[in-house]
Amino acid sequence: MRFMVIVKASEQSEGGQSPSAELLADMGKFNEELVKAGVMLAGEGLRPSSEGARIVFSPDVEPSVVDGPFAETKELVGGFWILQGRNKEEIVEWIKRMPNTDGAHHQVEIRRIAEASDFENLTPELAAREDRLRRQVEGQA
Amino acid sequence: MSVSDIQTTVEAVWRIESPRLIAGLARMARGDVGLAEELAQDALVAALEQWPDDGVPRNPGAWLMTTAKRRAIDQFRRNERYAEKLGEIGREQEHKEVTLPDFDAGLEDHIEDDLLRLVFVACHPVLNTQARVALTLRMLGGLTTDEIARAFLVKESAIAQRIVRAKKALAAAKVPFEVPEGEERIARLSSVLEVIYLVFNEGYSATRGDDWMRPALCEEAMRLGRVLVGLVPKESEVHGLVALMELQASRTAARTARDGTPILLLDQDRGRWDRILIQRGLLALSLSEAIADGAYGPYSAQAAIAACHARANVPEDTDWARIAALYEGLAKLRPSPVIELNRGVAVGMAFGPEAGLAVVDAVAADPALKDYHLLPSVRGDLLEKLGRREEARAEFERAAGMTENARERALLLDRANGR
Amino acid sequence: MRFMVMVKGSEESESGDQPSKENFEAMIKFNERLAAEGRIVLAEGLTTSSEAVRVWFDGDAEPRVTDGPFAETKELVAGVWILNGESLQDVVELMLQCPNPENSGGVLEIRALDS
Repeated sequence: MRFMVIVKASEQSEGGQSPSAELLADMGKFNEELVKAGVMLAGEGLRPSSEGARIVFSPDVEPSVVDGPFAETKELVGGFWILQGRNKEEIVEWIKRMPNTDGAHHQVEIRRIAEASDFENLTPELAAREDRLRRQVEGQA
Repeated sequence: MSVSDIQTTVEAVWRIESPRLIAGLARMARGDVGLAEELAQDALVAALEQWPDDGVPRNPGAWLMTTAKRRAIDQFRRNERYAEKLGEIGREQEHKEVTLPDFDAGLEDHIEDDLLRLVFVACHPVLNTQARVALTLRMLGGLTTDEIARAFLVKESAIAQRIVRAKKALAAAKVPFEVPEGEERIARLSSVLEVIYLVFNEGYSATRGDDWMRPALCEEAMRLGRVLVGLVPKESEVHGLVALMELQASRTAARTARDGTPILLLDQDRGRWDRILIQRGLLALSLSEAIADGAYGPYSAQAAIAACHARANVPEDTDWARIAALYEGLAKLRPSPVIELNRGVAVGMAFGPEAGLAVVDAVAADPALKDYHLLPSVRGDLLEKLGRREEARAEFERAAGMTENARERALLLDRANGR
Repeated sequence: MRFMVMVKGSEESESGDQPSKENFEAMIKFNERLAAEGRIVLAEGLTTSSEAVRVWFDGDAEPRVTDGPFAETKELVAGVWILNGESLQDVVELMLQCPNPENSGGVLEIRALDS
């Protein structure tokens, strides 16, 4: 299974401040542990939202662009990993080991990445097929 | 946390910590891997007993190691036999108190070496393949006996016995806790790669409806491959094996139709190919190529072939000439009629059906391919392209008769009838 | 350069409701186009926050774990691409052509990656 680990942005990351050398070193070691354990699939940091943009979609209307920065830091992603694990408990155990040097981190979210089998029940064709089958069965009842 | 939550947490911690735990204990136990594993299991039992009440410790790895050592000393006090093994732990048999040397000093530095030693011991040639697989998954994967049993569709007791016998065999042969060197290293490393790839293939062959542990073997094999890359980063075939597994696994979601029928590579929806694994696989392959300076070993060669497919957005973009050349190289490393058959397909795609048929016909009579339905299927395809319709029909019908899969049979019969 | 494009969470994404047939097929076509143009580094959907977990850090204290679901949907990410692009402008122009990420519209956020 795969999980996306989302590290929230902070005032520091949004302010474009570089992390301290100590934090960088500690996070570097942590990343190395993830790689050595064979569970790291991807990991990146994001630039501040001042270098980003949003696109707002509405039905029947052209989408509109809103330039960053975005004030609600709590809504923003600062960095992420994609990790492999048997279950989410395993990922939780890894993330508990994330260094919190300088009190840099507050909240990290762990989300399971959808797989093909998650969509299986959900394609329109299969839903339609299941509908027909259900009607057939109900018709026979 | 509920009891079952704690259990899940302990198991997760175990998967993370147990390989290093066992490796470190093995060094302390003068290389007795069997004893190390038992001590580690004792620590696991203690965790399952104590953590529900005391909570999960802040540093679970250290807790397990301390607990294992404490148990070892208790054993030593009671049992002379252990005293021999745990030679470093207190020689003062006359004293009541056993002083514990500072094992933690330098443990960090040694642990990677110890882990590598553990890998080589788990895959030692004195053990048969089944035993190596069980021991590797147990000691390096942290899998429970039950998980291993479910993955390989055997009884839990069978796996438990396999592991017990394996440990006894290692002890009886006095297998040293060391990393082999020189010529021996090449052969022994090859054995390690073989075990990992075997685990991968077991997972890759899993079908819908199988126990969930079976496809999980693919991820575990890839993970073990990556761990090995970290331990022996300069070995090109290790990168090559990881590349091969990641590129093969990238096709998992596209390989089977909803009803479980296998879908051939060229017919797969490439939108369902996993990009993360493709990128990682291509990167691992490039590392392998850089180290070996372009000389492929068997895993790297197979990975390079898989990479040709992975790079093509659509089947028409496939570099068949390169694939044909790679199969030629692979055939020299691992001569086999199946490889020649695959080479024939590639040659046919690259240079025309006449050339392809020549390659295939050279091995058509090989007894190894007697019951291999892909042989007549491939011949049929090439004959059809050459306009030899009746011969093609005969081959497709022959192939249809050889396959057990109803859907495949139907497809082959369609082709026999020119559809 | 690479950019992360996130589909922001919403009540719709959290409800597990399926996209309309039109949106679903339009999105598949759009992804096929992105793939053909060599744009896609990764493209993943995230399961709803009912399956999620948050780990809270507070100084040196032991990290705390809370289970989803999480009510503030605006703080959530529902899906993610990482795309190749020349510049932010390039990716913005590209994603303006994206079909509605959700039946009710949806919001995409585009952020540059650090490396």
